[in-house]
Amino acid sequence: MIEKALKGNRSYWIWTLFLGALVASGLSAYYQQRWLGLTVTGMGREASWGLYTAQFTFLVGVAASAVMVTLLHQKELTKTVIIALFMAASATLMSILFAVADMGKPDRLLNIIFYTNPRSLVFWDLLFLSGYLATTLTAGWAMLGAEKKGVPPPAWVKSLLNLSIPLAVGIFFATAFLYGGLPDLSLWVTGVLALRFIASAFAAGMALLILVTLIVKKTKGLDTGKEAREKLAMVATYAGVANVLLLGVQFFTTFYGNAPLLWFSLIAGVVSVAILLIPASRKSQQWLVAACTALVLSVWVDKSAGLLIGGELFPAPLGSIVTYAPTSTEMFVVAGIWSFGSLLFTALLKVVVAVKAEHRG
Amino acid sequence: MMNEQRREFIKKTALGVFVGLGAASGLVPAFSLEKTALPVWDEKPVPGKIRWGMLIDTRKCKEGCQQCVAACHHEHNVPAFKNRREEIRWIWKNSYKNVFPTADNAGASKEIQSRTFLSLCNHCADSPCTQICPTGATFKRWDGIVEIDYHRCIGCRFCMPACPYGSLSFNWQDPRTAIVDPVTAYPTREQGVVEKCNFCSDRLIKGLQPACVEVCPEQALVFGDLNDPASDIRVLLESNVTMQRKPELGTKPSVFYII
Ligand code: SF4
Ligand code: SF4
Repeated sequence: MIEKALKGNRSYWIWTLFLGALVASGLSAYYQQRWLGLTVTGMGREASWGLYTAQFTFLVGVAASAVMVTLLHQKELTKTVIIALFMAASATLMSILFAVADMGKPDRLLNIIFYTNPRSLVFWDLLFLSGYLATTLTAGWAMLGAEKKGVPPPAWVKSLLNLSIPLAVGIFFATAFLYGGLPDLSLWVTGVLALRFIASAFAAGMALLILVTLIVKKTKGLDTGKEAREKLAMVATYAGVANVLLLGVQFFTTFYGNAPLLWFSLIAGVVSVAILLIPASRKSQQWLVAACTALVLSVWVDKSAGLLIGGELFPAPLGSIVTYAPTSTEMFVVAGIWSFGSLLFTALLKVVVAVKAEHRG
Repeated sequence: MMNEQRREFIKKTALGVFVGLGAASGLVPAFSLEKTALPVWDEKPVPGKIRWGMLIDTRKCKEGCQQCVAACHHEHNVPAFKNRREEIRWIWKNSYKNVFPTADNAGASKEIQSRTFLSLCNHCADSPCTQICPTGATFKRWDGIVEIDYHRCIGCRFCMPACPYGSLSFNWQDPRTAIVDPVTAYPTREQGVVEKCNFCSDRLIKGLQPACVEVCPEQALVFGDLNDPASDIRVLLESNVTMQRKPELGTKPSVFYII
């Protein structure tokens, strides 16, 4: 089936070449980082986490929320499931790549398995993520293969999907408490952080999925259905409301109010939720696109800014507020990994579209 | 004095009979929450089990003196990066506000608040750094020392924000270029791993005191077994009012301060 990703029109090739170029520049930036060390990033002794960790957090959330589509068990969503699975797989792969890009000794990555520390949430998180990548990719591919042959998917696909759900839940909890469990944070902050991680993940994940299905519809004429998008929009709305409420709480209880980027996140979040709550605007495609874009941006900015201003979310151990600014090397690596994931996702979507078209024809 | 201490070190084996807490019940005065309560060093009173600890008498520590810092950093090939972002430190001096940010400031005089205080890894009995480390590269030894295996560390840096005292440093670049006067007795590190104070486990094994303790001209630092009621450090802990850093976090630091 994969050969279907190798046939495409002009815009498809321009898009893939564009992504390929970004991947190449990301690789060269990463080569520099491997050679000279993480000194080429903007991170330092007090802001020891930066853009990479922010992307990791964002993508983990998007990935883990995607599979929940299978939980909704709605007839209208059957066409969306494969796309959701491939989005989950691509996002998971990117999140793992970001975790690796952030390591000082990536060549020793397997030490996590050779010298397991079962008390470490980092270990569990990476374990769940790898399992999740394998299950979503395999299940999606098998479902697609079955569709190509015009037969129902084999029974083991169902078991894989059932396995991916507890894995996603595990990812949610491991990640949420990974950050929440830092000893300097109060129990209250820990709880709000963990809840908000989950709420924002669903909001951004569903919104992104809606956008992807709209892009597929626009460029390839494959429509997964308006009803499906409405279902997803409903989940995104609930999650978005919970997220802005919890974010609002943090404005009152922490220094969040001092950070302009977090204000942007809050306002974008409120606006998008408002659009989604009004039936008239929710039903209009333009407004839906606007709301989903704003929601994704709101969450992405919050994940990044929350880290960038280190002093609040991750109180620098000595109580000082540390400023961190990513370097261009870091940004090239970030763009490279995003492009790699998008390239994979594009190719997978291309196969999906081709198979469905064949089936229809 | 020195010989006696050495002897105490070398014979430090199964002698630590735990005497119970009654002996030192006068230790905790009521005026500040930060003062050390006894159970903090009584991790698990296993007879004969050593738990190394340090007591810093900050009244004796001279303002401006850097001898312990220099000795430690020389002994362990700690690179001297000048820029704050990449600085590597095992032991260093810092302001009262930074060392005891959660302490009851009302109880501390102007004089105290203007001094600087030594900070180093606390070798916590309940250490968040070892808990979060996915590879066990940061691990707790049988004698309470929290040690790092430089060959196992993958450089994920999760331990850094996990430590509430900022005790860990990361090698953002190759440290070997910045080691002023390298020694051969202790390994150098590679780019991409974390490092911190090891309570001189490399010297203890030779029966020596930690470098900082040995070099301090004021004898402001006392090192010993917290589980041995007869050790100098225990005697001093029981006859003085002492503090730990951020005791409210429950990390059970093994480093104590007389203010
Ligand atoms: S002071 Fe920090 S690095 Fe040292 S044992 Fe405690 S938590 Fe770990
Ligand atoms: S940086 Fe090294 S010591 Fe710290 S948590 Fe990661 S593997 Fe463990």
